Parts: sequence; structure tokens; C-alpha cells
Amino acid sequence: MELNDLYRDVILDHNRRPRNFGVLTPADASVEGFNPMCGDRLTVRLKMAGDAIADIRFEGQGCAISTASASLMTEAVKGKTRADALALFDRVHRLLTDDAAPSDELGKLAALSGVREFPARVKCASLCWHTLASALQSPDPQHVPAVSTE
Amino acid sequence: MKNIALAEEYRFDVMSARRDFPVLARLVHGKPLAYLDNGASAQRPNAVIDCVDDYERHTHANIHRGVHTLSQEATALYESARDRLVRFIHARSRHEIIFVRGTTEAINLVAQSYARPILKSGDEILITYLEHHANIVPWQIVCEQTGAKLVVAPMDERGEVHADAVEALMSGRTRLFACAHVSNALGTVLPVRRLIAAAKARGIVTLIDGAQAVPHMPVDVQDLGCDFYAFSGHKLFGPTGIGVLYGRESLLERMPPWQGGGDMILAVTFGKTTYNSLPYKFEAGTPNISGAIGLGAAVEYLERMDLPGAHAHEHALLAYASETLSQIDDLRIVGTAKDKASLVSFTVAGVHPHDLGTILDEDGIAVRTGHHCAMPVMDYFKLAATARASFAFYNTFEEIDRLATAIQRARSIFA
Repeated sequence: MELNDLYRDVILDHNRRPRNFGVLTPADASVEGFNPMCGDRLTVRLKMAGDAIADIRFEGQGCAISTASASLMTEAVKGKTRADALALFDRVHRLLTDDAAPSDELGKLAALSGVREFPARVKCASLCWHTLASALQSPDPQHVPAVSTE
Repeated sequence: MKNIALAEEYRFDVMSARRDFPVLARLVHGKPLAYLDNGASAQRPNAVIDCVDDYERHTHANIHRGVHTLSQEATALYESARDRLVRFIHARSRHEIIFVRGTTEAINLVAQSYARPILKSGDEILITYLEHHANIVPWQIVCEQTGAKLVVAPMDERGEVHADAVEALMSGRTRLFACAHVSNALGTVLPVRRLIAAAKARGIVTLIDGAQAVPHMPVDVQDLGCDFYAFSGHKLFGPTGIGVLYGRESLLERMPPWQGGGDMILAVTFGKTTYNSLPYKFEAGTPNISGAIGLGAAVEYLERMDLPGAHAHEHALLAYASETLSQIDDLRIVGTAKDKASLVSFTVAGVHPHDLGTILDEDGIAVRTGHHCAMPVMDYFKLAATARASFAFYNTFEEIDRLATAIQRARSIFA
């Protein structure tokens, strides 16, 4: 296990300067996510254009892994359709948990592959994705219950 | 060790104490383990490991219900552990020592068995701001059940609870006062003796959560004068899943059992059950026999060691850690009470506690990060989490130096 592999430059950069950070008003969906183990909390807000994510922002407080993962996620899914965003979540989830998962075509998200060597931190990286998935899959996106990693 | 003057001279053989704890010899990520998470759970000495092992290999049987040799031996070991605990906290008799799973279960027992039957709508339970969730939630539950109200005494920005402020909230409606002896999140030692006296003078029953106190200071429940005192075995170098509720015998006598089953009865018919005497009335079902025996061994181990020396060493570690850590730029110690027990909670600007915990772990250093089951305390300081280094007598100044070096390393990663 190497700390350099966990805290890669891309991660440190997105932690220091998170992209798409802040409130989105009005939003078509707003979902909160909690990681009760470490107290991380974030809110993901979406604006949809038909079936596509027209805009996305997040806010909250969390560790570097959770903040960078959310920042990278917002960049990656903006403009994507619901189905494509959920398919990407699937690939990222495999990247975080499966040593054999390919990281090609994931772009900057591939920087998260170091997390799988630190099992205690997988939830930090996946919290934002679970929160996004919950927003995309809900039949009533204005009233989605909070997501918890427990 | 840096050039930091210690307040008092003392003699304590740390290296000899370390040899009693086999886990301290292990490596973590290729580095010697620096175990600074004693507030969450302390390590076990050989005396405890061997005693439990010996019991499991040679003596195990169910207690209180067999004429055969093993059952009699197991019963004798279990009950002699109780006797050790009577002496350890200076209870009046073995009727006052109830074996439970831990501090949490002890407090729930008092909430349900003592408080619930007597509470009426409008009555109050008084706690303080710095309590562990285990000393908040059981009272919230019993308040919901009875219509009583939970009143919370304030804490200041140093993490101190002032006796005057607590006493001002003790009213004719207060039925019970519960507080920590030592705060798990901040290390504050509360003025429990004065608070208990103030409660007693008003006829208020008292419960002290001693989970973080018993490993660090002598506790004499008669001298304190509290009605209930709760603590866990695993923070006291004993096994998990075992703890103690001390209760004043006259109160325990009046309380109904909180769980029904075997061992807590004298006679059962379908019409009526006669409950067993104390302490068995509160120990329904087969208890954690090996846990109790292991806790007895832990207490025996502590009684044999130089406890005043151990406590002095812990104070020196606290002073050294406070001084060493406060010299780190951007590090803020959370909880700066005048009277503290052996832990330091802190945050480092720009480094989230969770990231810090991972980086320290890479250097073999175990600390706790998170809200420490004290979310109101975190909210008070407007923090989601802190890192907490908590010490036992087997920790060294060198480990604190390593902690400081690793914190600097984390700062450089996030600089």
C-alpha cells in the first residue's frame, strides 16, 4: 500500500479546488448522503434536460477522498444521460472494489483506483455516487430520502 | 523526546509494562505499532489472555446450576471476579456489582429499570453537553416512554462543565442526574464529587458513566457517593462484552428486573415468579462467564502493578502530547479543560481527520477519527470529526514524537 497511490495529484487537486461545488437553484433533484462512520455529509443537486444531466453541483463536508470523488463525478456525468451516468457508477464501483477492474476510458476517474487498497476508505469514494444514483433512480426526485453508506 | 519539562518526577517502568501486552510487539505496515486508541478499547495483558485461555481449556461450564466439578469451578471463578470488582471500586458488597455487557447496557438498565417506573410527565432527567451517545439516547428513550424531559447542562469552549451551571438546572422536577466522569471526546474530567453532593442534597439520584475514568484514576464509589456507576471491561484491559453496573443496594432492591429468564429467579410457576436476590436479579440468562473472569484478571493485574506510577506516567504523556502537538502549525486541540484525563482530541487545518487517520495508520500509528459517539460535542465546536490520541500507561514519549512526525507528513501531503 502506498499513500502516493491513494493521494494522487488529481485527488489532491480536486480536494483543494473542488469543481461544481455549491448550490444549484432551482434543482430538479436534491439528495443528501451521509457516511455515519466518519460524519461525512454531502448534497448532490441536479438539473435535468429531458433524460440528460444538464447541470450538477455538490456541497458538504468530507475527507479528501470523498470531496475529490464528488468533484470528479460531477465533471464526468455532466451532459450524460441517466443510463450512461448509472453505467459509469457501475464501472467506478468496480474500480473501487475489484483489483481486476479495468480503468481505461475512465479518464480522470481512474485516479480513484488507489482507494481499493484502503478498504476502510471505499465508502468515502462511493458516497457521492450512491447519492447521485438515488437521485437518478427516484420516481420523485424532489423528495428523495437521504442516502447512508451504512 | 524533545526538551519539554514534565511537571513532576515519577518512576514507572514503561518497558516492563509493555512486555505484559503481546500485541504491542507487532508491526503494522512494517512499522512498530503505536497504539493510541485506548479510549476506544485498551489492549489485554498476558495475565488476562492466559486466564481466559486457561478457563476455556480446563474449566468452562455453565454457572450456578450444576453439581459437577466444572460448573462449581466456573461458578467460583465468576463469583471471585465479582469480589475483585467489589474491592476495585470500593462497593459495599457483592450485591452491588451487576455484570452487564458494558457501559451502554448498564445505563440502559438504569433507564428502564430505575427511571421508567418512577418517571411521570413533567419530571426531568439532567445530563451534560459532553456526554457519549450511550449517556444520551437511553434517557431520550425513557423520556419518550414516560413524558419526562431531558435537560442538558452547558459546556464552555474549553470543554469544561461548571458545577454552578449544572446545579442551577437541578430542580424539584429533576429525578435523576447522569454524567460522564471523564469525557471520551475531549478528555475533560468532570467535577463529579461536587455534582453528586449537590444532587444528593436535593434528593436526586445520580449515575456516573465511568467508562473513560476507571482506566486512569482510582475510583471509590462510596467516597464519590453516587447511586450508580457504570464502566466497560475492554477499556480497562479486559475482554469485550463485559462491564459492570454498580448500584446502591437499597436502590437495586427496589428496582424490578429488566430482563426475565434463567438465573434471575428463585421459583417459577405459571401464576407467579419469585425473583432471585441481588445481584442475580439483574443477570438473566447465561452471562459472559469468560468475560467476567477475564475482567477479574485485568483488575488483579492492575492491583499488582504500580498504579500511582502508571497514572503519573499517563499524566506525563498527556502533558507531553499537549505540548508537542500544540507546537504544530494549524493544529488545534479540541478540549482544553484544566483537569483532563489521558487523551488529546485535535484537528489539523487542511487535513480531514479521516485522511489523517489513514496516513497515521501507514506509519503504524492507531488513533480514532470521527465524531467519537458524541455528535453534540462536535456540533458545539462546529466540527464533523476530530482525530483523538488516547493513552494508556504502556504508551511512550517516543510514540508521541512519532505521532507528531506523522502529522507533519500529512500536512506536507495536503500542503
